[in-house]
Amino acid sequence: MDKISLELLKQIADIEKIPQGAYNFRIDGKKAEQHSTSEIQIVSKKDKQGIDIYVAPNTKGKSVHIPVMLTKGGLKDMVYNDFHIGENCDIVIVAGCGIYNCSNATSEHQGIHTFYIGKNSHVKYVEKHLGIGENNSKREFFPITKVYMQQSSTMEMETTQIGGVSNTNRKSFAKLYDNAKLIIKEKIMTDNDDVSKSSFEVQLVGKKSSVDVLSRSVAKGKSKQTFTSNIIGKSECFGHVECDGIILDNGIIVSTPKINAQNIDSTLVHEAAIGKIAQDQITKLETLGLNKEDAEKIIIESFML
Amino acid sequence: MLEVKNISYNVTENGLTKTILSNISFVCPDNQNLVITGHNGSGKSTLLKIIMGILQPTSGQIFYDGKDITNLSITQRAQLGIAYAFQQPVTFKGMTVRRMLEIASGNNDFNYFCSLLSKLGLCARDYVEREMNDKLSGGERKRIEIATVLARDAKCNLFDEPEAGIDIWSFDALVEIFKNNKKTNIIVSHQSKLIEQADKILVLSNGQVDKFGTKEEIFPTLNHSQTCEKLRRENG
Ligand SMILES: Nc1ncnc2c1ncn2[C@@H]1O[C@H](COP(=O)(O)OP(=O)(O)OP(=O)(O)O)[C@@H](O)[C@H]1O
Ligand SMILES: [Mg+2]
Repeated sequence: MDKISLELLKQIADIEKIPQGAYNFRIDGKKAEQHSTSEIQIVSKKDKQGIDIYVAPNTKGKSVHIPVMLTKGGLKDMVYNDFHIGENCDIVIVAGCGIYNCSNATSEHQGIHTFYIGKNSHVKYVEKHLGIGENNSKREFFPITKVYMQQSSTMEMETTQIGGVSNTNRKSFAKLYDNAKLIIKEKIMTDNDDVSKSSFEVQLVGKKSSVDVLSRSVAKGKSKQTFTSNIIGKSECFGHVECDGIILDNGIIVSTPKINAQNIDSTLVHEAAIGKIAQDQITKLETLGLNKEDAEKIIIESFML
Repeated sequence: MLEVKNISYNVTENGLTKTILSNISFVCPDNQNLVITGHNGSGKSTLLKIIMGILQPTSGQIFYDGKDITNLSITQRAQLGIAYAFQQPVTFKGMTVRRMLEIASGNNDFNYFCSLLSKLGLCARDYVEREMNDKLSGGERKRIEIATVLARDAKCNLFDEPEAGIDIWSFDALVEIFKNNKKTNIIVSHQSKLIEQADKILVLSNGQVDKFGTKEEIFPTLNHSQTCEKLRRENG
Protein backbone atom coordinates (compact mmCIF):
# COMPACT_ATOMS: atom_id res chain seq x y z
CA MET A 1 0.00 0.00 0.00
CA ASP A 2 1.29 3.50 -0.74
CA LYS A 3 1.44 6.41 1.66
CA ILE A 4 -1.87 7.95 0.56
CA SER A 5 -3.75 4.67 1.01
CA LEU A 6 -2.21 4.17 4.43
CA GLU A 7 -3.17 7.69 5.53
CA LEU A 8 -6.73 7.23 4.28
CA LEU A 9 -6.90 3.85 6.00
CA LYS A 10 -5.78 5.36 9.27
CA GLN A 11 -8.42 8.08 9.13
CA ILE A 12 -11.38 5.99 8.02
CA ALA A 13 -10.72 2.74 9.88
CA ASP A 14 -8.42 3.74 12.73
CA ILE A 15 -5.90 1.10 11.70
CA GLU A 16 -2.29 1.43 10.63
CA LYS A 17 -1.66 -2.10 9.44
CA ILE A 18 -3.44 -5.23 8.26
CA PRO A 19 -6.12 -5.91 10.88
CA GLN A 20 -6.96 -9.11 12.73
CA GLY A 21 -9.81 -11.25 11.45
CA ALA A 22 -11.39 -11.12 8.02
CA TYR A 23 -10.81 -8.21 5.67
CA ASN A 24 -11.15 -6.94 2.14
CA PHE A 25 -9.23 -3.87 1.02
CA ARG A 26 -10.26 -2.17 -2.14
CA ILE A 27 -7.95 0.43 -3.69
CA ASP A 28 -8.68 2.49 -6.80
CA GLY A 29 -11.54 0.30 -8.01
CA LYS A 30 -9.79 -3.05 -7.54
CA LYS A 31 -9.47 -5.69 -4.88
CA ALA A 32 -6.14 -5.17 -3.11
CA GLU A 33 -6.10 -7.59 -0.19
CA GLN A 34 -8.59 -10.21 0.90
CA HIS A 35 -8.59 -12.59 3.81
CA SER A 36 -11.22 -15.01 5.08
CA THR A 37 -11.28 -16.88 8.36
CA SER A 38 -12.92 -20.18 9.23
CA GLU A 39 -15.97 -18.29 10.51
CA ILE A 40 -16.09 -15.36 8.10
CA GLN A 41 -15.88 -16.09 4.38
CA ILE A 42 -15.34 -13.27 1.93
CA VAL A 43 -16.09 -14.17 -1.69
CA SER A 44 -15.70 -11.79 -4.64
CA LYS A 45 -18.79 -11.50 -6.80
CA LYS A 46 -18.62 -13.06 -10.26
CA ASP A 47 -21.16 -10.92 -12.09
CA LYS A 48 -20.32 -7.47 -10.72
CA GLN A 49 -17.91 -5.56 -8.51
CA GLY A 50 -18.18 -6.37 -4.83
CA ILE A 51 -18.15 -9.15 -2.31
CA ASP A 52 -20.37 -11.53 -0.41
CA ILE A 53 -19.53 -11.85 3.25
CA TYR A 54 -20.77 -14.98 5.00
CA VAL A 55 -20.64 -15.00 8.78
CA ALA A 56 -21.23 -18.48 10.21
CA PRO A 57 -23.87 -18.88 12.94
CA ASN A 58 -22.60 -18.40 16.53
CA THR A 59 -19.58 -16.33 15.48
CA LYS A 60 -18.84 -14.13 18.47
CA GLY A 61 -16.36 -11.32 19.16
CA LYS A 62 -15.01 -11.21 15.60
CA SER A 63 -14.50 -8.33 13.19
CA VAL A 64 -14.56 -7.66 9.46
CA HIS A 65 -12.73 -4.71 7.89
CA ILE A 66 -13.74 -3.65 4.39
CA PRO A 67 -12.17 -0.24 3.71
CA VAL A 68 -12.20 1.39 0.29
CA MET A 69 -9.56 3.90 -0.79
CA LEU A 70 -9.56 6.02 -3.92
CA THR A 71 -6.25 7.79 -4.38
CA LYS A 72 -6.63 9.41 -7.80
CA GLY A 73 -8.92 11.80 -9.63
CA GLY A 74 -11.43 10.75 -12.24
CA LEU A 75 -12.31 7.39 -10.68
CA LYS A 76 -15.87 6.08 -10.54
CA ASP A 77 -16.11 3.09 -8.29
CA MET A 78 -19.28 1.12 -7.69
CA VAL A 79 -19.47 -1.95 -5.47
CA TYR A 80 -22.13 -4.33 -4.23
CA ASN A 81 -21.38 -5.76 -0.81
CA ASP A 82 -23.78 -8.28 0.70
CA PHE A 83 -23.50 -9.35 4.32
CA HIS A 84 -25.07 -12.69 5.23
CA ILE A 85 -24.94 -12.92 9.00
CA GLY A 86 -26.01 -16.17 10.62
CA GLU A 87 -27.92 -16.61 13.87
CA ASN A 88 -26.50 -15.82 17.33
CA CYS A 89 -23.54 -13.82 16.09
CA ASP A 90 -21.87 -10.85 17.69
CA ILE A 91 -19.62 -9.06 15.23
CA VAL A 92 -18.15 -5.70 14.32
CA ILE A 93 -17.96 -4.52 10.72
CA VAL A 94 -15.68 -1.60 9.95
CA ALA A 95 -16.34 -0.12 6.55
CA GLY A 96 -15.60 3.32 5.23
CA CYS A 97 -14.16 5.06 2.26
CA GLY A 98 -11.52 7.70 1.82
CA ILE A 99 -11.08 9.65 -1.37
CA TYR A 100 -7.88 11.55 -2.04
CA ASN A 101 -8.27 13.73 -5.09
CA CYS A 102 -6.26 16.78 -6.00
CA SER A 103 -6.94 16.63 -9.72
CA ASN A 104 -9.60 18.55 -11.57
CA ALA A 105 -11.67 15.47 -12.28
CA THR A 106 -14.37 14.16 -9.96
CA SER A 107 -13.86 10.94 -8.00
CA GLU A 108 -16.90 9.05 -6.91
CA HIS A 109 -17.68 6.01 -4.80
CA GLN A 110 -20.97 4.23 -4.67
CA GLY A 111 -21.34 1.42 -2.18
CA ILE A 112 -24.51 -0.64 -2.21
CA HIS A 113 -24.57 -2.57 1.03
CA THR A 114 -27.19 -5.12 1.95
CA PHE A 115 -27.34 -6.75 5.36
CA TYR A 116 -29.22 -9.94 6.13
CA ILE A 117 -29.01 -10.29 9.89
CA GLY A 118 -29.97 -13.61 11.44
CA LYS A 119 -31.99 -14.22 14.61
CA ASN A 120 -30.47 -13.03 17.90
CA SER A 121 -27.43 -11.60 16.21
CA HIS A 122 -25.77 -8.36 17.18
CA VAL A 123 -23.96 -6.31 14.55
CA LYS A 124 -22.03 -3.14 15.06
CA TYR A 125 -21.37 -1.36 11.77
CA VAL A 126 -18.99 1.58 11.68
CA GLU A 127 -18.52 3.59 8.52
CA LYS A 128 -16.50 6.75 7.96
CA HIS A 129 -16.42 8.78 4.79
CA LEU A 130 -13.66 11.27 4.20
CA GLY A 131 -12.48 13.40 1.32
CA ILE A 132 -9.07 15.02 1.04
CA GLY A 133 -8.13 17.31 -1.79
CA GLU A 134 -7.46 20.75 -3.11
CA ASN A 135 -8.10 22.64 -6.33
CA ASN A 136 -11.51 22.28 -7.78
CA SER A 137 -11.52 18.54 -7.41
CA LYS A 138 -14.73 16.91 -6.32
CA ARG A 139 -15.16 13.91 -4.04
CA GLU A 140 -18.58 12.29 -4.12
CA PHE A 141 -20.31 9.46 -2.26
CA PHE A 142 -23.59 7.78 -3.11
CA PRO A 143 -24.10 4.98 -0.60
CA ILE A 144 -27.20 2.83 -0.46
CA THR A 145 -27.71 0.70 2.62
CA LYS A 146 -30.41 -1.92 3.07
CA VAL A 147 -30.89 -3.83 6.28
CA TYR A 148 -33.14 -6.84 6.92
CA MET A 149 -33.28 -7.77 10.56
CA GLN A 150 -34.63 -11.11 11.76
CA GLN A 151 -36.23 -11.76 15.16
CA SER A 152 -34.41 -10.33 18.19
CA SER A 153 -31.45 -9.12 16.21
CA THR A 154 -29.82 -5.79 16.96
CA MET A 155 -27.75 -3.48 14.83
CA GLU A 156 -25.83 -0.38 15.79
CA MET A 157 -24.94 1.64 12.76
CA GLU A 158 -22.54 4.56 13.13
CA THR A 159 -21.96 6.53 9.98
CA THR A 160 -19.75 9.58 9.92
CA GLN A 161 -18.84 11.93 7.14
CA ILE A 162 -15.82 13.70 8.56
CA GLY A 163 -15.29 16.37 5.95
CA GLY A 164 -13.98 17.16 2.48
CA VAL A 165 -16.90 15.46 0.72
CA SER A 166 -18.28 17.72 -2.01
CA ASN A 167 -21.42 15.81 -2.74
CA THR A 168 -23.18 12.98 -1.00
CA ASN A 169 -26.52 11.34 -1.39
CA ARG A 170 -27.06 8.63 1.13
CA LYS A 171 -30.09 6.38 1.14
CA SER A 172 -30.84 3.93 3.90
CA PHE A 173 -33.62 1.41 4.20
CA ALA A 174 -34.39 -1.04 6.99
CA LYS A 175 -37.03 -3.65 7.70
CA LEU A 176 -37.33 -4.99 11.22
CA TYR A 177 -39.07 -8.17 12.33
CA ASP A 178 -40.19 -9.15 15.87
CA ASN A 179 -38.05 -7.70 18.69
CA ALA A 180 -35.43 -6.41 16.28
CA LYS A 181 -33.67 -3.26 17.40
CA LEU A 182 -31.86 -0.78 15.19
CA ILE A 183 -29.79 2.14 16.46
CA ILE A 184 -28.51 4.61 13.89
CA LYS A 185 -26.08 7.42 14.64
CA GLU A 186 -25.29 9.62 11.68
CA LYS A 187 -22.88 12.53 11.79
CA ILE A 188 -22.27 14.80 8.85
CA MET A 189 -20.00 17.82 8.61
CA THR A 190 -20.08 19.98 5.50
CA ASP A 191 -18.28 23.16 4.49
CA ASN A 192 -17.71 25.42 1.43
CA ASP A 193 -20.10 24.41 -1.36
CA ASP A 194 -20.63 20.84 -0.15
CA VAL A 195 -24.07 19.32 -0.62
CA SER A 196 -25.28 16.41 1.46
CA LYS A 197 -28.54 14.53 1.32
CA SER A 198 -29.49 11.72 3.62
CA SER A 199 -32.73 9.83 3.75
CA PHE A 200 -33.94 6.98 5.91
CA GLU A 201 -36.88 4.68 5.58
CA VAL A 202 -37.43 2.27 8.42
CA GLN A 203 -40.28 -0.23 8.38
CA LEU A 204 -41.17 -1.56 11.80
CA VAL A 205 -42.97 -4.69 10.74
CA GLY A 206 -42.45 -6.96 13.72
CA LYS A 207 -43.94 -6.85 17.20
CA LYS A 208 -41.80 -4.93 19.72
CA SER A 209 -39.39 -3.85 17.04
CA SER A 210 -37.68 -0.50 17.65
CA VAL A 211 -35.53 2.04 15.94
CA ASP A 212 -33.59 4.99 17.31
CA VAL A 213 -32.14 7.45 14.81
CA LEU A 214 -29.79 10.16 16.03
CA SER A 215 -28.60 12.61 13.41
CA ARG A 216 -26.03 15.33 14.12
CA SER A 217 -25.23 17.85 11.42
CA VAL A 218 -22.85 20.77 11.17
CA ALA A 219 -23.14 22.95 8.06
CA LYS A 220 -20.49 25.64 7.56
CA GLY A 221 -19.62 27.93 4.67
CA LYS A 222 -22.26 27.81 1.96
CA SER A 223 -22.91 24.11 2.39
CA LYS A 224 -26.36 22.56 2.42
CA GLN A 225 -27.63 19.46 4.14
CA THR A 226 -30.96 17.76 3.74
CA PHE A 227 -32.19 15.13 6.15
CA THR A 228 -35.33 13.12 5.48
CA SER A 229 -36.65 10.32 7.62
CA ASN A 230 -39.66 8.15 7.26
CA ILE A 231 -40.49 5.76 10.09
CA ILE A 232 -43.38 3.43 9.41
CA GLY A 233 -44.97 1.59 12.32
CA LYS A 234 -46.86 -1.49 11.23
CA SER A 235 -47.22 -3.25 14.57
CA GLU A 236 -46.64 -2.72 18.27
CA CYS A 237 -43.33 -0.89 17.91
CA PHE A 238 -41.29 2.10 18.98
CA GLY A 239 -39.53 4.63 16.78
CA HIS A 240 -37.56 7.68 17.77
CA VAL A 241 -35.78 10.19 15.53
CA GLU A 242 -33.66 13.00 16.86
CA CYS A 243 -32.17 15.47 14.43
CA ASP A 244 -29.79 18.12 15.79
CA GLY A 245 -28.11 20.63 13.57
CA ILE A 246 -25.68 23.48 14.01
CA ILE A 247 -25.42 26.05 11.24
CA LEU A 248 -22.52 28.47 10.85
CA ASP A 249 -21.74 31.16 8.28
CA ASN A 250 -24.28 30.68 5.49
CA GLY A 251 -24.84 26.98 6.02
CA ILE A 252 -28.30 25.50 5.45
CA ILE A 253 -29.91 22.46 7.05
CA VAL A 254 -33.32 21.18 6.03
CA SER A 255 -34.90 18.46 8.14
CA THR A 256 -38.05 16.68 7.00
CA PRO A 257 -39.38 14.16 9.44
CA LYS A 258 -42.16 11.82 8.63
CA ILE A 259 -43.64 9.38 11.06
CA ASN A 260 -46.30 7.07 9.84
CA ALA A 261 -48.15 5.04 12.45
CA GLN A 262 -50.28 2.32 10.88
CA ASN A 263 -50.99 0.37 14.03
CA ILE A 264 -52.76 1.49 17.19
CA ASP A 265 -49.80 0.26 19.29
CA SER A 266 -47.14 2.12 17.33
CA THR A 267 -45.34 4.85 19.24
CA LEU A 268 -43.33 7.13 16.99
CA VAL A 269 -41.51 10.25 18.18
CA HIS A 270 -39.59 12.90 16.34
CA GLU A 271 -37.46 15.72 17.72
CA ALA A 272 -35.54 18.27 15.70
CA ALA A 273 -33.53 21.34 16.61
CA ILE A 274 -31.46 23.42 14.24
CA GLY A 275 -29.71 26.68 15.03
CA LYS A 276 -26.46 28.44 15.53
CA ILE A 277 -24.24 27.65 18.47
CA ALA A 278 -26.01 28.75 21.65
CA GLN A 279 -24.51 31.97 23.03
CA ASP A 280 -24.55 30.69 26.61
CA GLN A 281 -22.36 27.72 25.56
CA ILE A 282 -19.78 30.12 24.14
CA THR A 283 -20.04 32.28 27.27
CA LYS A 284 -19.47 29.27 29.53
CA LEU A 285 -16.27 28.35 27.70
CA GLU A 286 -15.12 31.97 27.69
CA THR A 287 -15.47 32.02 31.49
CA LEU A 288 -13.03 29.09 31.44
CA GLY A 289 -10.51 31.27 29.62
CA LEU A 290 -11.08 30.27 25.97
CA ASN A 291 -11.54 32.82 23.22
CA LYS A 292 -14.65 32.75 21.04
CA GLU A 293 -13.05 30.91 18.11
CA ASP A 294 -11.62 28.12 20.28
CA ALA A 295 -14.90 27.87 22.16
CA GLU A 296 -16.82 27.36 18.91
CA LYS A 297 -14.31 24.79 17.71
CA ILE A 298 -14.61 22.75 20.90
CA ILE A 299 -18.41 22.95 20.93
CA ILE A 300 -18.56 21.58 17.37
CA GLU A 301 -15.94 18.90 18.02
CA SER A 302 -17.88 17.60 21.02
CA PHE A 303 -21.19 17.82 19.19
CA MET A 304 -19.83 15.59 16.42
CA LEU A 305 -18.20 13.09 18.77
CA MET B 1 -8.80 42.57 45.74
CA LEU B 2 -11.95 43.23 43.80
CA GLU B 3 -13.48 46.67 43.79
CA VAL B 4 -16.87 47.57 42.35
CA LYS B 5 -17.25 51.33 41.92
CA ASN B 6 -20.50 53.18 41.19
CA ILE B 7 -21.87 50.45 38.96
CA SER B 8 -25.22 51.17 37.33
CA TYR B 9 -27.06 49.08 34.79
CA ASN B 10 -30.07 50.16 32.75
CA VAL B 11 -32.08 48.30 30.15
CA THR B 12 -34.39 49.79 27.58
CA GLU B 13 -37.67 48.01 27.03
CA ASN B 14 -40.30 49.33 24.61
CA GLY B 15 -38.63 52.74 24.67
CA LEU B 16 -38.70 52.87 28.48
CA THR B 17 -35.47 52.87 30.46
CA LYS B 18 -35.48 50.62 33.48
CA THR B 19 -32.80 50.78 36.14
CA ILE B 20 -31.69 47.32 37.27
CA LEU B 21 -28.68 48.42 39.34
CA SER B 22 -27.85 51.88 40.58
CA ASN B 23 -24.60 53.11 42.04
CA ILE B 24 -23.33 49.87 43.52
CA SER B 25 -19.97 50.18 45.28
CA PHE B 26 -18.11 47.75 47.52
CA VAL B 27 -14.70 46.20 48.05
CA CYS B 28 -13.90 42.54 48.55
CA PRO B 29 -10.38 41.94 49.95
CA ASP B 30 -8.38 38.85 48.93
CA ASN B 31 -9.21 35.47 50.44
CA GLN B 32 -12.48 36.58 51.95
CA ASN B 33 -16.00 35.30 51.44
CA LEU B 34 -18.46 37.98 50.39
CA VAL B 35 -22.07 36.85 50.33
CA ILE B 36 -24.58 38.84 48.30
CA THR B 37 -28.18 38.33 49.29
CA GLY B 38 -31.51 40.04 48.70
CA HIS B 39 -34.96 39.47 47.27
CA ASN B 40 -35.64 37.74 43.98
CA GLY B 41 -35.17 40.29 41.27
CA SER B 42 -33.04 42.63 43.39
CA GLY B 43 -30.18 42.46 40.85
CA LYS B 44 -27.75 39.91 42.32
CA SER B 45 -27.21 37.87 39.16
CA THR B 46 -26.92 41.03 37.07
CA LEU B 47 -24.17 42.28 39.37
CA LEU B 48 -22.23 39.01 39.16
CA LYS B 49 -22.51 38.99 35.35
CA ILE B 50 -21.15 42.53 35.24
CA ILE B 51 -18.16 41.50 37.36
CA MET B 52 -17.47 38.57 34.99
CA GLY B 53 -17.92 40.75 31.88
CA ILE B 54 -21.00 38.90 30.60
CA LEU B 55 -22.92 42.18 30.81
CA GLN B 56 -21.47 45.67 30.30
CA PRO B 57 -22.47 48.24 32.95
CA THR B 58 -24.13 51.47 31.84
CA SER B 59 -21.70 53.35 34.06
CA GLY B 60 -19.15 52.64 36.77
CA GLN B 61 -15.96 50.64 36.99
CA ILE B 62 -14.61 47.29 38.17
CA PHE B 63 -11.05 47.01 39.49
CA TYR B 64 -9.26 43.72 40.03
CA ASP B 65 -5.92 43.80 41.85
CA GLY B 66 -5.83 47.52 41.18
CA LYS B 67 -6.36 47.14 37.45
CA ASP B 68 -9.40 48.61 35.71
CA ILE B 69 -11.02 45.58 34.04
CA THR B 70 -14.29 47.29 33.04
CA ASN B 71 -13.51 47.04 29.34
CA LEU B 72 -11.91 43.59 29.36
CA SER B 73 -13.65 40.64 27.71
CA ILE B 74 -14.90 37.59 29.61
CA THR B 75 -11.90 35.62 28.33
CA GLN B 76 -9.43 38.23 29.53
CA ARG B 77 -11.02 38.36 32.98
CA ALA B 78 -10.98 34.55 33.16
CA GLN B 79 -7.29 34.57 32.29
CA LEU B 80 -6.64 37.10 35.07
CA GLY B 81 -8.02 34.54 37.54
CA ILE B 82 -11.73 35.21 37.84
CA ALA B 83 -14.06 32.21 37.67
CA TYR B 84 -17.85 32.15 37.44
CA ALA B 85 -20.46 29.51 38.27
CA PHE B 86 -23.76 29.99 36.43
CA GLN B 87 -27.06 30.19 38.30
CA GLN B 88 -28.48 27.97 35.55
CA PRO B 89 -25.72 25.62 34.34
CA VAL B 90 -25.34 25.50 30.57
CA THR B 91 -25.97 22.19 28.82
CA PHE B 92 -23.98 20.88 25.87
CA LYS B 93 -24.76 18.02 23.51
CA GLY B 94 -21.81 15.68 23.12
CA MET B 95 -19.55 17.41 25.66
CA THR B 96 -18.49 15.04 28.42
CA VAL B 97 -17.87 16.07 32.01
CA ARG B 98 -14.28 14.91 31.53
CA ARG B 99 -13.75 17.22 28.55
CA MET B 100 -15.19 20.17 30.45
CA LEU B 101 -12.95 19.51 33.46
CA GLU B 102 -9.96 19.20 31.11
CA ILE B 103 -10.73 22.59 29.58
CA ALA B 104 -11.29 24.16 32.99
CA SER B 105 -8.18 22.75 34.66
CA GLY B 106 -5.81 22.61 31.70
CA ASN B 107 -4.83 19.05 32.58
CA ASN B 108 -6.29 15.57 32.20
CA ASP B 109 -5.51 14.13 35.59
CA PHE B 110 -8.30 11.72 36.48
CA ASN B 111 -7.32 11.70 40.15
CA TYR B 112 -7.68 15.46 40.28
CA PHE B 113 -11.14 15.29 38.69
CA CYS B 114 -11.99 12.57 41.16
CA SER B 115 -11.02 14.71 44.15
CA LEU B 116 -13.00 17.69 42.80
CA LEU B 117 -16.17 15.72 42.10
CA SER B 118 -16.02 13.80 45.36
CA LYS B 119 -15.88 17.11 47.27
CA LEU B 120 -19.38 17.62 45.87
CA GLY B 121 -20.52 14.09 46.58
CA LEU B 122 -20.17 12.80 43.03
CA CYS B 123 -18.21 9.69 42.11
CA ALA B 124 -15.94 10.54 39.17
CA ARG B 125 -16.17 7.05 37.68
CA ASP B 126 -19.94 7.43 37.31
CA TYR B 127 -19.79 10.91 35.82
CA VAL B 128 -16.67 11.75 33.79
CA GLU B 129 -17.96 10.07 30.64
CA ARG B 130 -21.49 11.46 31.00
CA GLU B 131 -22.59 14.10 28.57
CA MET B 132 -23.32 17.56 29.96
CA ASN B 133 -26.79 17.40 28.44
CA ASP B 134 -30.22 17.75 29.97
CA LYS B 135 -30.32 14.07 30.92
CA LEU B 136 -28.34 15.03 34.01
CA SER B 137 -30.60 15.95 36.93
CA GLY B 138 -30.78 19.57 38.03
CA GLY B 139 -28.71 18.94 41.16
CA GLU B 140 -26.12 16.89 39.26
CA ARG B 141 -25.73 19.69 36.72
CA LYS B 142 -25.35 22.27 39.47
CA ARG B 143 -22.69 20.27 41.27
CA ILE B 144 -20.76 19.63 38.05
CA GLU B 145 -20.95 23.35 37.30
CA ILE B 146 -19.35 24.09 40.66
CA ALA B 147 -16.70 21.42 39.99
CA THR B 148 -15.77 23.07 36.68
CA VAL B 149 -15.21 26.33 38.57
CA LEU B 150 -13.17 24.70 41.35
CA ALA B 151 -11.14 22.90 38.65
CA ARG B 152 -9.80 26.26 37.51
CA ASP B 153 -8.23 26.87 40.93
CA ALA B 154 -8.78 30.57 40.26
CA LYS B 155 -7.99 33.34 42.74
CA CYS B 156 -11.44 34.91 42.64
CA ASN B 157 -14.59 32.82 42.30
CA LEU B 158 -18.10 34.08 41.62
CA PHE B 159 -20.94 31.68 42.51
CA ASP B 160 -24.57 32.39 41.66
CA GLU B 161 -26.78 30.50 44.13
CA PRO B 162 -24.51 27.43 44.35
CA GLU B 163 -26.94 25.82 46.81
CA ALA B 164 -29.93 25.84 44.45
CA GLY B 165 -31.34 22.39 43.84
CA ILE B 166 -28.67 20.38 45.60
CA ASP B 167 -29.42 17.87 48.35
CA ILE B 168 -28.66 18.41 52.05
CA TRP B 169 -25.57 16.17 52.00
CA SER B 170 -24.02 17.99 49.06
CA PHE B 171 -25.04 21.26 50.66
CA ASP B 172 -23.03 20.47 53.80
CA ALA B 173 -20.05 19.65 51.57
CA LEU B 174 -20.49 22.98 49.82
CA VAL B 175 -20.45 24.84 53.14
CA GLU B 176 -17.17 23.07 53.95
CA ILE B 177 -15.70 24.18 50.61
CA PHE B 178 -16.40 27.84 51.36
CA LYS B 179 -15.19 27.43 54.94
CA ASN B 180 -11.87 25.93 53.88
CA ASN B 181 -10.77 27.22 50.51
CA LYS B 182 -8.36 30.09 50.76
CA LYS B 183 -9.77 32.06 47.84
CA THR B 184 -11.77 35.14 47.23
CA ASN B 185 -15.35 33.93 46.91
CA ILE B 186 -18.27 36.13 45.97
CA ILE B 187 -21.36 34.06 46.58
CA VAL B 188 -24.95 34.96 45.78
CA SER B 189 -27.06 33.02 48.25
CA HIS B 190 -30.35 32.86 50.09
CA GLN B 191 -29.18 30.18 52.54
CA SER B 192 -28.37 31.24 56.10
CA LYS B 193 -25.86 28.40 56.52
CA LEU B 194 -23.91 29.71 53.55
CA ILE B 195 -24.34 33.33 54.61
CA GLU B 196 -22.75 32.31 57.93
CA GLN B 197 -19.55 31.53 56.04
CA ALA B 198 -19.29 35.16 54.98
CA ASP B 199 -16.65 37.58 56.10
CA LYS B 200 -18.73 40.37 54.58
CA ILE B 201 -22.38 40.55 53.58
CA LEU B 202 -23.94 42.75 50.91
CA VAL B 203 -27.72 43.08 50.87
CA LEU B 204 -29.24 44.30 47.62
CA SER B 205 -32.70 45.77 47.44
CA ASN B 206 -34.30 47.04 44.23
CA GLY B 207 -30.91 47.35 42.56
CA GLN B 208 -29.34 49.32 45.37
CA VAL B 209 -27.03 48.52 48.25
CA ASP B 210 -29.33 48.15 51.22
CA LYS B 211 -26.64 47.02 53.68
CA PHE B 212 -22.95 46.26 53.46
CA GLY B 213 -20.72 45.25 56.35
CA THR B 214 -19.14 42.41 58.26
CA LYS B 215 -21.08 39.25 58.98
CA GLU B 216 -21.26 40.26 62.66
CA GLU B 217 -22.90 43.55 61.73
CA ILE B 218 -25.29 42.40 59.05
CA PHE B 219 -26.23 38.79 59.79
CA PRO B 220 -28.34 39.53 62.91
CA THR B 221 -30.36 42.09 60.96
CA LEU B 222 -31.36 39.54 58.32
CA ASN B 223 -33.71 37.57 60.56
CA HIS B 224 -36.54 40.00 60.03
CA SER B 225 -37.06 40.02 56.34
CA GLN B 226 -38.46 43.19 54.86
CA THR B 227 -41.53 41.33 53.72
CA CYS B 228 -42.33 40.28 57.26
CA GLU B 229 -41.79 43.77 58.55
CA LYS B 230 -44.02 45.15 55.86
CA LEU B 231 -46.76 42.68 56.73
CA ARG B 232 -46.39 43.48 60.40
CA ARG B 233 -46.74 47.20 59.69
CA GLU B 234 -49.74 46.66 57.48
CA ASN B 235 -51.41 44.40 60.04
CA GLY B 236 -50.54 46.62 62.96
N1 LIG C 1 -32.58 42.37 29.91
C1 LIG C 1 -33.49 42.67 30.83
N2 LIG C 1 -34.63 43.30 30.50
C2 LIG C 1 -35.56 43.62 31.42
N3 LIG C 1 -35.43 43.32 32.71
C3 LIG C 1 -34.33 42.68 33.13
C4 LIG C 1 -33.31 42.32 32.21
N4 LIG C 1 -32.33 41.69 32.89
C5 LIG C 1 -32.74 41.65 34.18
N5 LIG C 1 -33.93 42.24 34.32
C6 LIG C 1 -34.66 42.44 35.58
O1 LIG C 1 -33.74 42.91 36.53
C7 LIG C 1 -34.05 42.44 37.81
C8 LIG C 1 -32.81 41.81 38.44
O2 LIG C 1 -32.58 40.55 37.84
P1 LIG C 1 -31.52 39.53 38.43
O3 LIG C 1 -31.55 38.32 37.62
O4 LIG C 1 -30.23 40.23 38.58
O5 LIG C 1 -32.15 39.27 39.87
P2 LIG C 1 -31.66 38.33 41.04
O6 LIG C 1 -31.45 39.20 42.24
O7 LIG C 1 -30.53 37.51 40.63
O8 LIG C 1 -32.94 37.43 41.30
P3 LIG C 1 -33.10 35.88 41.76
O9 LIG C 1 -32.93 35.85 43.24
O10 LIG C 1 -34.49 35.53 41.37
O11 LIG C 1 -32.07 35.08 41.02
C9 LIG C 1 -35.23 41.51 37.64
O12 LIG C 1 -36.39 42.21 37.96
C10 LIG C 1 -35.21 41.18 36.17
O13 LIG C 1 -36.50 40.90 35.71
MG1 LIG D 1 -30.29 35.46 40.24
